[in-house]
Amino acid sequence: MAELALDVALRREAFSVSVRERLELDGITGLFGPSGSGKTTLLRIISGLEPAAAGSVSYDGDAWQAPGQFIPAHLRRVGYVFQDGRLFPHLDVEGNLRFGAGSGGRRIAFRDVVAALDLAPLLSRRPTSLSGGEQQRVAIGRALLANPRLLLMDEPMSSLDAQRKREILPYIERLPDAFGLPVLYVTHSIDEVARLASQVLLLAAGRVAARGPVADVLERIDLWPVTGRLEAGTVIEAEVEQHGNGMSSLRLGDQRLRIPVGDVAVGSRIRLRIHARDVAVAAERPGRLSIRNVLAARVLRIDAEDPVYVELLLSVDGRHLRSRITREALEELGLEPGQDVFALIKSVALEDRGFGEAGGAPG
Amino acid sequence: MGELELGPVWLSLQLASVTVAALLVIATPLAWWLAFTRTRARAVVEAVAALPLVLPPTVLGFYLLILLGPAGPIGGLWVELTDSTLTFSFTGLVVASIVYSFPFAVQPLQAAFERVGRGPLEAAATLGASPLAAFVRVASPMALRGYVSAIVLVFAHTLGEFGVVLMVGGSIPGETRVVSIAVFEHVETLEYTQAHVLSAGLLIFSFLVLLAVYVINRRMPFGAGYAVG
Repeated sequence: MAELALDVALRREAFSVSVRERLELDGITGLFGPSGSGKTTLLRIISGLEPAAAGSVSYDGDAWQAPGQFIPAHLRRVGYVFQDGRLFPHLDVEGNLRFGAGSGGRRIAFRDVVAALDLAPLLSRRPTSLSGGEQQRVAIGRALLANPRLLLMDEPMSSLDAQRKREILPYIERLPDAFGLPVLYVTHSIDEVARLASQVLLLAAGRVAARGPVADVLERIDLWPVTGRLEAGTVIEAEVEQHGNGMSSLRLGDQRLRIPVGDVAVGSRIRLRIHARDVAVAAERPGRLSIRNVLAARVLRIDAEDPVYVELLLSVDGRHLRSRITREALEELGLEPGQDVFALIKSVALEDRGFGEAGGAPG
Repeated sequence: MGELELGPVWLSLQLASVTVAALLVIATPLAWWLAFTRTRARAVVEAVAALPLVLPPTVLGFYLLILLGPAGPIGGLWVELTDSTLTFSFTGLVVASIVYSFPFAVQPLQAAFERVGRGPLEAAATLGASPLAAFVRVASPMALRGYVSAIVLVFAHTLGEFGVVLMVGGSIPGETRVVSIAVFEHVETLEYTQAHVLSAGLLIFSFLVLLAVYVINRRMPFGAGYAVG
């Protein structure tokens, strides 16, 4: 675990960034916020690409920047995966990969990176002949081979379509464990944060709006202006119990959640992001029903959101769920805090979106 | 002067080569600065650097004559240092050619560096490359087309230089009598055969050089820009 201490400010004509935080970096830390909130600028400050930034940056006990002192980017050993890859067009893939190799010692071996990112078939290709996903894999490999102490990733998947994202996600997920280095991952996608990150720093208008474990930050209602109302929901962790008929059972306390999760080892814990709009509520246990997931829950709180809708915060054996229902339904069911209800979640709503293996999974 | 002399040809090639070499060294840092600076002074510097494009060669030659002459600030210093004059010498011709062809080196290089942009240099920095290493290993190979353009333009432009040479160098055989001057003198003295041979030679040579450049440019394995996504 390494500490990143930031006390930095950068003013531009259009916006300013001002951040003062101490972060314990371990695994993947999400840097999340809407477009224009200063995420990329903050990454650039950390990497040393913004000499105009004022303040101080230190990492793992080394001062990278302090008043009157500035270690330039090429001496910081910070890996940076840019949004657009930025591969060197005059070098082939191997030339790109070896560009920074050896500059920070040889802790990370060429063959390990090639194996981990499946780069062997690409080595003699030109960057321009690669697909977007392949380019980003090469860019990640190139950054790793420079033996960084910290890896910064700036929306590495934003230019990829859904199919390519699914291809590259597992590679990114494995980075911290496989190469033993912390990752700071910028994104404006809640689903990516939920899947990849263990902790998240939420930026809004150049300032830190919230930080903490992903589940806690994403369910805070006061952050909706930042996280976006339609994306409101919660992240829960559950253990894969068994597979069958293309469906999987996940253990959630004493209850079971049935969804198709794909090829995930039995016994591992995965994170699910459940959107508030995908959760319905019944006052009594419903009978014959196509919805596979009926969970006993308790209403913790009712947040009046707008004239038509309200959001319920539910507890399922201590895990939080959000449900978005109409005011009309709220009144008809007579729901109040403390009341026992049943939360209905369609399996379809959970398929293929925002689930990922949680850290420290066995197998 | 009945027979053909090759002296002016060699002198022209020599002058063009030396000018190219000198300008690559001088123009690279300036073009780099112009491509990446954010100061307002940039427009002023750009305008000054482009002046030789629009000034009549006689005007340029006149000022150079004054600057480089034994009474001028540069020429006077030269006389003190070397005991010889800059004007009407090969060295003086080189200095004049550097000034005269300056924009033909700076502009293609600046455009090439701008096409490379900050992106690849930042990427190189995060991979541990010092600014100099990033220039050598990333910026210059990516700006190769710009270098080819600059070399060819400066070379050709120096070969074709007449007015400035006449004013600064005169026509001293073996020292300042380059091809364009020789052609002029042959025509003046109605030696059309020699004028024909030299002119045609220059024409064919220039065409072949330009052809080679365009072919090479087309076959380059990569453009300067990035293919994103």
